[in-house]
Amino acid sequence: MSSATIPPGAEAPIFYETDEHHHEAGGSTMLGFWLYLMSDCLIFAMLFAAYGVYGGSYAGGPDQRELFELPLVAVNTAMLLFSSITYGFAMIAMDENRKGATQAWLAVTGLFGLAFLGIELYEFSNLIHEGAGPWRSAFLSAFFTLVGTHGLHVTFGIIWLVTLMVQVGRKGLIPDNKRRLQCLSLFWHFLDVIWIGVFTFVYLLGVLR
Amino acid sequence: MSAEPHVSTHGHDAHGHHGDHHGHDHGDGHAHGSRKSYMTGFLLSVVLTAIPFALVMTDAFADTRVTAGIVMAFALVQIVVHMVYFLHMNSKSENGWTLMALIFTLIVVVIALTGSLWVMYHMNQNMMPGTGAMSGAMSASGDVGGGGM
Repeated sequence: MSSATIPPGAEAPIFYETDEHHHEAGGSTMLGFWLYLMSDCLIFAMLFAAYGVYGGSYAGGPDQRELFELPLVAVNTAMLLFSSITYGFAMIAMDENRKGATQAWLAVTGLFGLAFLGIELYEFSNLIHEGAGPWRSAFLSAFFTLVGTHGLHVTFGIIWLVTLMVQVGRKGLIPDNKRRLQCLSLFWHFLDVIWIGVFTFVYLLGVLR
Repeated sequence: MSAEPHVSTHGHDAHGHHGDHHGHDHGDGHAHGSRKSYMTGFLLSVVLTAIPFALVMTDAFADTRVTAGIVMAFALVQIVVHMVYFLHMNSKSENGWTLMALIFTLIVVVIALTGSLWVMYHMNQNMMPGTGAMSGAMSASGDVGGGGM
C-alpha cells in the first residue's frame, strides 16, 4: 500500500540515519571529563558534610587545636600550589610543541606532588603514633576519610602523570596525548581547588574552633 | 565542526594552527592559559593562601568569628581564582555546558552541605543528654560519636 505513494524511481524516504556521523576522536572527551570531575566534587561535598557534622565529636579524645600543626599544613599547601603552576608551565610548553620542556615540567609537577604526599603521610603517621588514629573518635574518622580521599586522588594523579610522561616520550605530542594532558590538567587543578576547602574548613577553622 | 577535518587533513603546521584558533569554537574549545595568566593566578593564590594562614597563626583578631569569616571569604575568592586562571572556566567552552554542569553541581553541593549541617545541628541540640532518650551518662562533647564510650 504505502509503496504506491512513492513515485517510481524515487528513493525511499530516509526517516533515520543508519550511518554514524563522523566524530572527531575524543571530541567530547573534555566535556565528559568535566562531568566526571563534577561528580567527584559531589563525593568530596559528602565527605565535607560528614566532617562538618562530626567535627566536634571527640569522644573524649584530642581536638583540632591539640592535633593540627599549621606550619606543616602551610608547607603542604605550598607544595600543591607550586605543582599547579608547574603543571601550567607544562601545558604552555605543550601548546608550543616543546616535548622536552613539557616532560621536564611534568616531572617537576610530579616531584611536588610526591612531596605533598610525603608530608601528608608524615602527618598521618604522627597522628596515629599519638593515638589519634581514625578509630579514636568520629571527628578523626571523618578527618582521615576526607583528607585521605584527597590524598588518594593525588596518588592516582601522580600515577597518571608518570603514565603520560612515558606516553609523550614514546609517541610525542600527538593530538591524543595533548587531549590526555588537558584532562590531567583539569584533574590536577581540581584537586588544588578541593585542597583550598580542606585547608580552610578542616585546618584553619578547626584550629579557630 | 567543519573546520576539524580540515585541520587534520592538512599536515602543514602553520596552517593547522591558524585553523585551530580561528576556524572553530567547538570541540576542544578550551581556552589555554598564557604564561601571564598562569602567573597572575599563581600570585593571587599565594596571597590568598598566605593571608588566612597568617591571620590564624598570629591570632590577629581577638574574636575568632571575625577571623573565621575572613578566612572563609578568602577561600571562596581563591576557588574562583583557580576556576578562572587554572581551570579556564568561562561561559563559552563546550557551548556553555561546562558552566551549566558547574552551576548544577554547586546547587547540589550547597543543598547537601547546608542541609546536613542544619539538620544534624538541630538534632544534636534536641538530643542533649538528659532531655531525650539518651541517658545523661554521655558527656556533652561525645554527643554524636560517643558510641565507643
